[in-house]
Amino acid sequence: MNRKTTSLFGAAAALALALTACGGTDETASGGATPAGAYDKDATIQIGSLYEPQNLDNTAGGGQGVTEAFNGNVYEGLFRLTDDGEVDDLLAKDYKVSPDGLTYTFTLRDGVTFHSGKPLTSADVKYSIEKVVAPDSQSARKSSFSGIKKIETPDDHTVAVTLASKSISFVYNLSYVWIVNDQAKSLTTAEDGTGPYKLGTWKRGSTLSLDRFAGYWGTAPTNKQVVFHYFTDATALNNALLTDAVDVVTSEQSPDALAQFEGDPKYKVNNGHSTTKLLLAFNDRKAPFDKPLVRKAITSAIDDKKLLNSIWGDYGTLIGSMVPPTDPWYEDLTKVNPYDPALAKQELTEAGYPNGFEFTLDTPNYDPHPTAATFIKSELAKVGITVKINIITADQWYTKVYKNRDFAATMQEHVNDRDVVWYGDPDFYWGYDNPQVTQWVKQAEESDTAEEQTALLKKVNEQIAADAASDWLYLYPQIVVASSSLSGYPLNGLNSQFYAYGIKKSA
Amino acid sequence: MIAYLLRRTAFLVVSLLLAAVVLFLLLRLLPGDPANSLLSVGATPDQIAAARHQIGTDRPLPEQFVSWVGRLATLDLGESFVSTLPVGPEIAARLVVTVPLTLLSFVLAVVVAVPVGFVAAHKANTWYGSVLSGVSQLGIAVPVFWVGMLLITVFSISLRVMPAGGFPPDDWADPAKALTSLTLPVVTIALVMSASLIRYVRSATLDVLGSDHLRTSRALGSSFARAMWRHGLRNAVVPVISILGIELASTFLGAVVVESVFALPGLGGMLVKGLAQHDYPVIQGILFVSTLVVLVIGFAADLVQRLIDPRLRHSLARDVR
Repeated sequence: MNRKTTSLFGAAAALALALTACGGTDETASGGATPAGAYDKDATIQIGSLYEPQNLDNTAGGGQGVTEAFNGNVYEGLFRLTDDGEVDDLLAKDYKVSPDGLTYTFTLRDGVTFHSGKPLTSADVKYSIEKVVAPDSQSARKSSFSGIKKIETPDDHTVAVTLASKSISFVYNLSYVWIVNDQAKSLTTAEDGTGPYKLGTWKRGSTLSLDRFAGYWGTAPTNKQVVFHYFTDATALNNALLTDAVDVVTSEQSPDALAQFEGDPKYKVNNGHSTTKLLLAFNDRKAPFDKPLVRKAITSAIDDKKLLNSIWGDYGTLIGSMVPPTDPWYEDLTKVNPYDPALAKQELTEAGYPNGFEFTLDTPNYDPHPTAATFIKSELAKVGITVKINIITADQWYTKVYKNRDFAATMQEHVNDRDVVWYGDPDFYWGYDNPQVTQWVKQAEESDTAEEQTALLKKVNEQIAADAASDWLYLYPQIVVASSSLSGYPLNGLNSQFYAYGIKKSA
Repeated sequence: MIAYLLRRTAFLVVSLLLAAVVLFLLLRLLPGDPANSLLSVGATPDQIAAARHQIGTDRPLPEQFVSWVGRLATLDLGESFVSTLPVGPEIAARLVVTVPLTLLSFVLAVVVAVPVGFVAAHKANTWYGSVLSGVSQLGIAVPVFWVGMLLITVFSISLRVMPAGGFPPDDWADPAKALTSLTLPVVTIALVMSASLIRYVRSATLDVLGSDHLRTSRALGSSFARAMWRHGLRNAVVPVISILGIELASTFLGAVVVESVFALPGLGGMLVKGLAQHDYPVIQGILFVSTLVVLVIGFAADLVQRLIDPRLRHSLARDVR
């Protein structure tokens, strides 16, 4: 009883904070409960995380971990994606777009130096972009830049990029490109960025420390050092927080563990927005899922709210499409295919399956997929559909589902923001093929204004929801648990970023 | 003795070579494509092919094997598929944690098990003799991760006297700090390990206690302590040594679980991650080094046994001939 009350209060407090965060124009990351009072300017912040970098280069397979530790902290882009999902100038002072929308001219900020002491020039920017699109690059954003025709550097402070076709997301995409010293060597184990921290030591399997960079061009971090502690076991991570070995956990992945922090004044449980969506993805090419009505029926037959609650308790958000609330083209579409088993049965009958059917659900073997699959099985049994659960590894998923498209339906978490555009690609693994949607996605990318882009992607959003292209079960919560002596940490951790420079530890 | 050493060394090298072949082939039999772990959702067929080419899994198997063994001969374990970093130095860095963890646990387990096992045998008919063997039976049934979690709950979370996990980033620069981090993991392994050791020590002691030569020695007027020291111990210790060798080797391999519970940057975490990512060079490297360690421990146990027991020296020498 007691627990219920406190967690409700916790959710309300977090919501209020999220609202403040949205309204704020503060340069630093928002978050934390403690009002910015006295804090220790030379504090060391101990950060606990489950995502250790594979290596330190995000174009050589560094992975989610290096994004978390280095984005905005060690490396900076021309632009920055804020914790609220907005794009701000960072190393670019400003930029101009040619009237045909194909050439972007960026002016670089003055007085920026790399950690090695070399001043930033346009050659570094050219080098850094080319590094992302290079043939051997493993950057997750590589395909976003396939439209680059040429990069010119008329002077040390100017970079001009010409695109083959218009791309409104270009500036946004640039927020993922680390600007690296073009002379830097062995970037898989060292760094040379322009960010507020430089790399201290990286002990693989254990810790990575970042030290405040004295020569930083911008506002100095509100702490002297941050140390990322890496864990493979969520329980070990929570124990570290319980014993004050870490001050904050970047992303809590074990719902059961939250109870030990909720209601304890020593800790603050922050409920932010993630961009990770849990999908029941149909193979839209194959019967019976080639019929929108069948997909709609399944969507209406599953009580997403109950599912979310059974996994995450009071955390997480219901979504009616692929778009999370932090994307600019978000709309609440949860009512399009409401939970309504009677409606589901009626739709099945209309689609020609009055007695239901049977299908195999390829389910990744890690949480929460098996739990969710069992729930789906029992929900669909109520409308006469038999689900055979086939448990597969992540590796099998990639080969069987993603590459060979050998599946009827599958479950998967999709982590990126702004990834509704995949529904415009008929060749994507789920095979949703609506020429109108494909055209809208293409037009949106070639928009002149953000408003135009937003309007078009909203149409995409509405259409895929109406067609139940997939069943978007829920949006994961992004839960940051921190010691209450901490403030200024990011709440949403968009795309796994974790800006550490605004974190304050009370003195 | 020299001939024996040479033969034993040759045996070790041949075993290692065999292990290399088996390791390489078994890994390739596992279903799955290592290129998958390099790619994210959105990768095109071209990118998949490029990833395979980059890590060399598109080459014929014999070619891959020759290139691996060739580098192995120069003590080069290759580079990880995923991180592209060399495997050898990382294994070395992780052994800095795993080897002390194994050895300390082993020593502690022996220090506990030998006297307890002896008392359990010597006083087998008393109530505390029965209790000791009962407790050791129980210890065998308890999983090691559970002991670890229990110790964390009591000593780290409730009493706050020990860290719940982790290892100093500067390794052994501050030995006291490193030892503190290893205390609970060492106690965890030693508790579980000594439970089974106690049983071996107890049964070896019981054998000796009931033996003719000990009775004869006592009949000739030796005190129990003297008879035990001159005739009992040396006989009892021989079977225990071979068990110790096996226990030490399995502790080294079994440290995986304990390292995960205590978030220690040892070999275990590296292996688990390597397996999940189908990172062949990493898995091969770790298993190869582990095989080497296990073989060397077996070698050492054999040697010690022969030094203690002259009969073994002769019997094995006969086999050799």
